[in-house]
Amino acid sequence: MELLGTYNYWVYVVIMMIGFYAVIARHNLVKKVIGLGIFQTGIFLLYISMGVVRGGSAPVRGPGTPPDTLFANPLPHVLILTAIVVSLSTMAVALAIIVNIQRRYGTIEADEIHRMDREEAEAPAPSPVSAGAEEVAG
Amino acid sequence: MELTLPTIALLTPLFGAILIALTGRRPDLREGVTLLTAVGLFLIIASMWGPVAGGERPSAHLVELMGPGLTLALEVEPLGLIYALVASFLWIFNSVYSIGYMRTLYGARSEGQTRYYICFAAAIFAALGIAFSANLLTLFLFYEVLTFSTYPLVTHARNEAAFRSGRIYLGILVSTSTLFLLTATIWTWVLTGTLDFTEGGILAGKASAGTMVALTCLFFFGTGKTALMPFHLWLPNAMVAPTPVSALLHAVAVVKAGVFTVLKIAVAILGLETMRQTGAGDVVAWFAAFTIIVASLLAMSQDNLKARLAYSTIGQLSYIVLAAAIATKSSITGGAMHIAMHAFGKITLFFCAGAIYATAHKTKISELGGIGRRMPITMLCFLVGALSTIGLPPFGGAWSKWFLVQGTIEAHDIAFLVVLLVSSLLNIAYLLPIPLVAFFGREPQAAADGEEHPPAEHGEAPLLCRIPIIVTAIGCLLLFFWPRFLHDLAALAAN
Amino acid sequence: MSFADHLPLLVLLVPLLGGVLSVFTGGGRVPWLWACSVTLLTFLGALELLSIVTTAGTRTYALGDWPAPWGIELVVDTLSAIVITLVSGIATVVTFFARRNVEKDIPADRLNFFYSLWLLAITGLLGITATGDAFNLYVLLEISSLTIYALVAMGKETDRRALPAAINYLVMGSIGASFLLIGVGYLYMATGTLNMADLHETLTLMREAEGGFNRTVLTSFAFITVGLGLKMALFPLHTWMPNAYTYAPAAVSALLAATATKVGIYMAFRFTFTVFGSDFGFLQPPNSTVLMACACGAVLFGSYVAIRQRSLARLLAYSSVAQIGYIVLGLSVLQTDAVTGSILHIVNHALMKGGLFLVVGVVAWRLGSSDLSALGGLGRRMPLTSAAFVVGGLGLIGVPGTAGFVSKWYLLSGLLSSGHWPLAVTVLIGSVLAGIYVWRVVEIIYFRPPDPRHAEVSEGPVTMLLPVWILIGLSLWFGVHSAGPVALAGEAARTLLGQGG
Repeated sequence: MELLGTYNYWVYVVIMMIGFYAVIARHNLVKKVIGLGIFQTGIFLLYISMGVVRGGSAPVRGPGTPPDTLFANPLPHVLILTAIVVSLSTMAVALAIIVNIQRRYGTIEADEIHRMDREEAEAPAPSPVSAGAEEVAG
Repeated sequence: MELTLPTIALLTPLFGAILIALTGRRPDLREGVTLLTAVGLFLIIASMWGPVAGGERPSAHLVELMGPGLTLALEVEPLGLIYALVASFLWIFNSVYSIGYMRTLYGARSEGQTRYYICFAAAIFAALGIAFSANLLTLFLFYEVLTFSTYPLVTHARNEAAFRSGRIYLGILVSTSTLFLLTATIWTWVLTGTLDFTEGGILAGKASAGTMVALTCLFFFGTGKTALMPFHLWLPNAMVAPTPVSALLHAVAVVKAGVFTVLKIAVAILGLETMRQTGAGDVVAWFAAFTIIVASLLAMSQDNLKARLAYSTIGQLSYIVLAAAIATKSSITGGAMHIAMHAFGKITLFFCAGAIYATAHKTKISELGGIGRRMPITMLCFLVGALSTIGLPPFGGAWSKWFLVQGTIEAHDIAFLVVLLVSSLLNIAYLLPIPLVAFFGREPQAAADGEEHPPAEHGEAPLLCRIPIIVTAIGCLLLFFWPRFLHDLAALAAN
Repeated sequence: MSFADHLPLLVLLVPLLGGVLSVFTGGGRVPWLWACSVTLLTFLGALELLSIVTTAGTRTYALGDWPAPWGIELVVDTLSAIVITLVSGIATVVTFFARRNVEKDIPADRLNFFYSLWLLAITGLLGITATGDAFNLYVLLEISSLTIYALVAMGKETDRRALPAAINYLVMGSIGASFLLIGVGYLYMATGTLNMADLHETLTLMREAEGGFNRTVLTSFAFITVGLGLKMALFPLHTWMPNAYTYAPAAVSALLAATATKVGIYMAFRFTFTVFGSDFGFLQPPNSTVLMACACGAVLFGSYVAIRQRSLARLLAYSSVAQIGYIVLGLSVLQTDAVTGSILHIVNHALMKGGLFLVVGVVAWRLGSSDLSALGGLGRRMPLTSAAFVVGGLGLIGVPGTAGFVSKWYLLSGLLSSGHWPLAVTVLIGSVLAGIYVWRVVEIIYFRPPDPRHAEVSEGPVTMLLPVWILIGLSLWFGVHSAGPVALAGEAARTLLGQGG
């Protein structure tokens, strides 16, 4: 196996795992989301790196480009543009939910939220509606 | 849906149920609907007797349920007709009895009576669907409908004990039918590509001996309504229900559905020849024999009258299961006849037990001393029912027992012959003392249970209870002298 | 090109435009009416598409007239048509139901945004079903997923636990989708194409040339399976589901339970059968054993845990875990009857579970909670709703006469005729366990004394009862008149299995 020749895959794996670790091991919700972003960035690198053509230039065609230029594969770039948008939207939704969590729970640490929910479940509130109202007031 | 006679018969109790629901506010009208429906139903079914005995098979295609070969269809044949006749005839008198019993104990407008009569009609609807089914799929569907339509009846009292019994009832019946009966049905479908009831069975040549044994066990144990041990516990537990419901369960519909199912499957799916050749029924036969003996012994130890009758039923049902497992012509004939004989005998016994409770509020046999002097007609009929159940002439039970014995001889199963004879003795031991104590025993001085019953200041059972008791007792007698029509149908079924 | 030719695109485009334009519908009742009309229109188009596909065969549509495999292609075969009709039909019914339920959670001036998200979610789900391009599938998957995460979070007014449920769902779902993306990337790397039909041909040629699949393709299959497993809540990747279904607004839960997981299963079908091919060799032991083990685990674990739940919504969610296990079992044995049973169960379970979650919606609307302790004696005060629950519950058990029986029949036939006895026993045990948890609820509804706090409730409004009974009624109808659906599902199954090279 050409270890050095496949270095792009190693890079992507490492980045992915860093992101994955952050998602799993970090309690802070924002850090989880950042980890998710890193995870997805690793995947983008995979796609783009697989589209590289030796000796190819960037897949941009202008008025002065000679007709027989060697280009890198443009398709992965297109795919990744879409995927970047998806990742961005995901983060936007995630952050919106986190803002709401901050308002309702007063914390964005996952373990604390879990603890609060468990305590509430064991000491049943009269009805779930009032619990939410109390939290908003508090 | 073809609107032939079988379909009309099937739909009659269903329409009756709807009408009962609509007339719920007017008890007398409501009861009238029940009775009219029951009488009408019996007449429709009786009208099919001639053609069926002559070889015709009225049929009806209902709906294509899942695809070719997987349809809901009806076909009236001798065995099913026996079951349907018994069920519809006894429904009439069970309804009369119900009216008397419920009104004596609870009054005409008591809680849940409309639901009660609706569920009765629904149960008869399901029973007819089973009786007239043309294939295993139809039978399985109506079998499940019967379980669910009788649940509200079993839990009628709506107290903790009733719900617990209801849970056991549903639990055992639905588990056995899902785990075993459904498996056997689908397996049969996979092996043969058809589920139609066919004379001689559909598995000849398609299943190895081992497969036959496995299928037979799955079919028989999957029919939980036969109360075959070890799946019998639902029956004694269902005694919490009002007595007319117990009568329905034991005599009219539910257990009869179970034994009818095993007989039908033995004849028309497994095939008598195939069963004998492969020894498919051996395992089941031993369980049935075990059930007969153990149930009889347990019956002897019960002081509660209904519980004793319940265990008696468990034993009697296993006669039929044994007959189906042995799979000879005589045993099937005997089994089919026993459906009718046991139904009449057992319903008489239950009616009497209910009458005793309704009038004297007594449930234990030890309290029944001398009650025969106050309720002579009731206890006389009890004696008739007991003798028929034991199998002594001049009552109908003798004939079915005769053919059952013939069946064991035909199959060269001396062991089972001994079982049948021993159990007859045990039947005497647990049934006969009751009318004897009732007529010749001494009346208990103070109420044994410490309750406020005046020392037996009561008369005979109410009229509406007495009539059905007398009718079914006479039925036991008549079935001895005129068994021909029943025997002919049964023999046709066995062929 | 006639109008009918454009249908594969229209079922996608109409809800998309509807969702975008919904923003301009203002407040009050208008957004809801708009959403109802859009979903109804889509459903009618889907019906037309179904009839075209069943008579004339698979329809393809090249977006922008770019020919495949360079352009994105929409492909609607029998399975796709079934699922498209199912999703749009359920969407129509649940949208009609949603009005009152949603008004409780969303302020009146934000309803236009809510229904916009709603319609976009439906767009994504329909698009997944209609597309014939692997990357396009990922994009549409994310469209539906993101909108669904937001919809789940909308339950925050009733119960703030909707928010952690939504964020958890988001994280797990995004990882799942990313795995799918990796898998698709590997496929592209190995074959150079993203069109599903082209992928299949190329993979087949590669397999013939090399005598087996190379590692890239195998890894791709692994990533795709795990990613889709997360999306369809296959045990043990199901943990996001119970919370999401319990705390989301009831209408959202109903939509999800009936459509989102089903579409997830559809994706699994698509990749397994159309892209890789059923004789791939990957679905042989020991790989298929893992899949079967997960499915059996789903059935047993889901049913068992459901018995111990105190909340009706959560009970139904765990029940869904079990039912998805049934569907995957059928998928994993590669036998025609079993796959037919799986496809049937996709439809039947969607109808039953959708109806049941709508029941939860009605109950929550009247009682304020779906805790089992609050449901005492409901049978008397809300008879129609309770009856709907009983019928749906009987379907979950698989009592004959309900649609659940039909799909179970075919599943069991397939399992028995291919000799998978332990799997058949698992399915049967699952039915018995379902009987236990259904009956527990039935007993509480009909036989327990009413909770004093809720003594004054009455039956739900007609606009809520009608959708409930449409779905439950259909599950009864398909229980008795199944010949048509069975034939259709059988055809779909045969097409899928026949594409195995």
